[in-house]
Amino acid sequence: MAEQLSIRDTLTETRVFSKRAVVATVLVVLALAALLGRYFHLQVIEHEVYRTQSDRNRIHARAVPPRRGLIFDRHGVVLADNRPIFNLVITRERAGDIDRTLTTIGQSITLDPVDVERFRKRMPRQLPFEAVPLRFNLTEEEIARLAVNRHLLPGVEVEAELVRHYPFGALLAHAVGYVGRINEAELIALDQTDYAGTNLIGKNGIEKFHEDALHGSVGYENVETNARGRVLRVLERNDPGAGQDLVLELDLEVQRVAQEALGAERGAVVAIDPQTGGVIALASSPSFDPNPFVSGIGSRAYAELRDSPDHPLINRAIQGLYPPGSTVKPMYALAGLFYGVSTPTSAVSDPGWYQLGGVGRRYRDWKKWGHGGAVNLSQAITESCDVYFYDLANRMGIQRMHDFSLQFGLGAATGVDQSAERRGVMPSNAWKLAAIGERWYPGETLSVGIGQGYMLASPMQLAVMTATIASRGRHYRPRLVQRVGGRALEPELLHAVEIPDPGHWDTITLAMEEVVHGPRGTAKAINKNLSYRIAAKTGTAQVVGIAQNATYDSAALDRNQRDHALFVAFAPVGNPRIAVAVIIENGEHGSTTAAPVARKVMDAYLLPRDDAQGPASPAPVAPAPTATAVSTDPAPPAQDPAAVAIPAAPAGPAPEDHL
Amino acid sequence: MKRGDFVRQMPESARDFGPGAPIGERLRIDFWLLLILLALSGYGLVVLYSASGRDIEAVKRQGLFMLLGFGAMFAVAQMGVNQLRRWTPLAYLGGCLLLLAVDLVGIGAKGAQRWLEIPGLPRFQPSEVMKLMVPLAVSSFLAASVLPPRFLHVVITLAIIGLPMALVLVQPDLGTAVLITAAGLIVLFLAGLRWIYIAVVVVGLAMAAPVMWNYVLYDYQKQRVLTLIDPESDKLGTGWNIIQSKTAIGSGGVEGKGWLHGTQSHLDFLPEGHTDFIIAALAEEFGFQGVVALLALYIALVGRGMWIALRAQDSFSRLAAGGLTLTFFVYIVVNMGMVSGLLPVVGVPLPLISQGGTALISLLGGFGIIMAVGTERRRMLG
Repeated sequence: MAEQLSIRDTLTETRVFSKRAVVATVLVVLALAALLGRYFHLQVIEHEVYRTQSDRNRIHARAVPPRRGLIFDRHGVVLADNRPIFNLVITRERAGDIDRTLTTIGQSITLDPVDVERFRKRMPRQLPFEAVPLRFNLTEEEIARLAVNRHLLPGVEVEAELVRHYPFGALLAHAVGYVGRINEAELIALDQTDYAGTNLIGKNGIEKFHEDALHGSVGYENVETNARGRVLRVLERNDPGAGQDLVLELDLEVQRVAQEALGAERGAVVAIDPQTGGVIALASSPSFDPNPFVSGIGSRAYAELRDSPDHPLINRAIQGLYPPGSTVKPMYALAGLFYGVSTPTSAVSDPGWYQLGGVGRRYRDWKKWGHGGAVNLSQAITESCDVYFYDLANRMGIQRMHDFSLQFGLGAATGVDQSAERRGVMPSNAWKLAAIGERWYPGETLSVGIGQGYMLASPMQLAVMTATIASRGRHYRPRLVQRVGGRALEPELLHAVEIPDPGHWDTITLAMEEVVHGPRGTAKAINKNLSYRIAAKTGTAQVVGIAQNATYDSAALDRNQRDHALFVAFAPVGNPRIAVAVIIENGEHGSTTAAPVARKVMDAYLLPRDDAQGPASPAPVAPAPTATAVSTDPAPPAQDPAAVAIPAAPAGPAPEDHL
Repeated sequence: MKRGDFVRQMPESARDFGPGAPIGERLRIDFWLLLILLALSGYGLVVLYSASGRDIEAVKRQGLFMLLGFGAMFAVAQMGVNQLRRWTPLAYLGGCLLLLAVDLVGIGAKGAQRWLEIPGLPRFQPSEVMKLMVPLAVSSFLAASVLPPRFLHVVITLAIIGLPMALVLVQPDLGTAVLITAAGLIVLFLAGLRWIYIAVVVVGLAMAAPVMWNYVLYDYQKQRVLTLIDPESDKLGTGWNIIQSKTAIGSGGVEGKGWLHGTQSHLDFLPEGHTDFIIAALAEEFGFQGVVALLALYIALVGRGMWIALRAQDSFSRLAAGGLTLTFFVYIVVNMGMVSGLLPVVGVPLPLISQGGTALISLLGGFGIIMAVGTERRRMLG
């Protein structure tokens, strides 16, 4: 039955099937057309869109940080170089869940909460696909631990980085400064593009002042990455511009001598070439090792430095302000000659005190019984007679003292290539009205006349003042850097002090020479075995409070109430090549503590060096072997035709003929 | 020759061929199908080598599966139409039991239980086998009675389709469930299902859609549909796959980036680039040309399949060959449509190209059935 039905229906069934097959085929063709149309649309019509998208997927621009410029001393010794360390960095876009990533990392290596917090602060501000550092200076073991878990950590990489290293550590912490991790405030101020991939920035000293030159320009490379952010190859590279190397005027050997001479004392030494303003040495004591700051100093170590009663972080050479004391007397003596209120021979009677208008308060001389009935200019400087300068100041008046001092660099920032220089105080009536809100009293003029009272100056300012006297009025901007990227910086003459009678310079210089070489000179103790002539002035500054805005422990008060010892000097007389200012805090007498320091510094610079190990015998007459080496000082301006005894070039022949 | 005569009258008992028959018929091989299948398999291996990231081991494994698949194809073809028809109900029931086993003791992958591990046998997916068994079972059932099917037969047919569908849906594997259902319905359609039923179902589905959406579909399934409408809405989640596959396809252009030079697939931007999304890798490296070439091969295969179906002499053969051929085409449309963002993402491999053993073997087994139908017909005519 069924068989029969089946057979009977075969034709119908075939026909029905065929019809349905045709319908199905039509549907197949329609679907095929839809597919073809879709792929045609994607691959032909919108090809450009998707090709761009595909390239954007895989190609990423990556910053290539520049190499930071090196810093050399004047003889080519590297003072700041770069060495590789390994850092852990995270690329936000690839890491996925940051919290989980941090947890996973935390299981492999120890993470300091401080690092994590810095990372979290920096992350949101980062350019897309720019890696953010999490941990610096990984050890070999930490790198290995991370490598094991690498598959769990997409977007996490160990990156090599060149970081700053200061081979001489504490010796140059203040002069060269140091770099440190870019902090939040700097991050906001910085050009994000320029510092892409860079973690370090100059924090102070030369490193900060010349940050732009040292940093260089950022480079870029287009890299192909896979979906997990691994860089597979570099497609295109735009090399970074390396930072420019700096050559300093600084002489490492002299610097070392200066720092060692300061020893454990608190104090500073600044040595300047009076012919150029070049800073030969800049020492501040105590100092500290800047290297830990580069990789991020621990908070405890930092607190220790910050809270130390000796304030090692303060650069006393430019930030320490002290009453200059008697060191300013030669300048005032010159002012008196210039303004015609005194002559080289006019004398003052010194009974041991001075009275304004012959009545009232007695202003005491440091020497109880005075310097005699007729103290002239030379004697007043040589013996540091206070009464002579009380009288001179009284006759000159504060305004003229102020105006004259400014020409020598007091009362204003010297403009040295250092960060955070303090400008000190050269008081005047206007200054007092503005700063204190009171008018000037004549008695205050007398204090200023011996470098006390409101007067404050940094060792750098005193060195500039001394250099200006040494070069007979040529006031150069002091600078540590001599060359930037092979380009020599010209000495910058800020001001030329006009003294109508050049003989006045001789008068002052002669008097200063007597300070060291004369039988009654206050610094005659340092003239033993001296093979060149020094012009100098001692100073002792009363401590009214510590002038650095520092609050000292009361327990330390005794020591801190002693007088500061100061000393300024230049040498060799006739053709001065170095001007030095020294301050020893609470060193009591400039002649006994500060003067020997200056002598050592000048010896180190002026005397020929015998040891081969010293980097620096600048003796060879032949051109310097490298671009970074010596003899680039321009010839000194021949403002003193008389001074021919010593060649202008660095200290080859011993200047014995000056004895 | 004696046998040849005999065979004409009692085809079901004929197990071998007289020397006069063409070699293809004697071996029960359709050379056109074989040629196209070999070409596609070769194409697939070439693409897989690149899409798997030059994993020669993966290619070897796939090649081995192809050998097994072609073996299965020949074996199935040897069985002949009547043997197949005889074994179909049993195979169907066995398949359903295996599916049940999967639901109970199956091995999971990506949140779904799809694999079955039987000691002594390699791991396999029973749902893949059901892609073959359902159209075969429906063909067998419908061909047993008068066509076009009457209402009762339609209802029973739906039950035959519905049981494995439900079992697969529970895994859950929406893609395979859809394909199994489609395969059964295609056979029903070819059998002459009345248009009025079709109209009723379409209207009914349209009305049921909101209910399905709210109560039947899993969240991940809904998400895929939503993603289809706007892939950008979920860039790093579900949308990622579609954005990356469209980027791969589109960036291939007309000529493609060249073999082994597809950046999307080689840099791992393309997910599942060697399995379900392999067409994107192919389109990226071989361009629109490569896609057209692939579609041409597929269409040749479908055309040959339909040709065989049309020339088959009994309803079972027609329905089985036509149903399997069209089901095969549905795989292609669903896969290529989903990868290019036309259809929601469901787990459907690209036939003969995607990596995957069970699918390949069952697919080639299906072509074995079509070959059996094809050679049967000629033998009868001969």
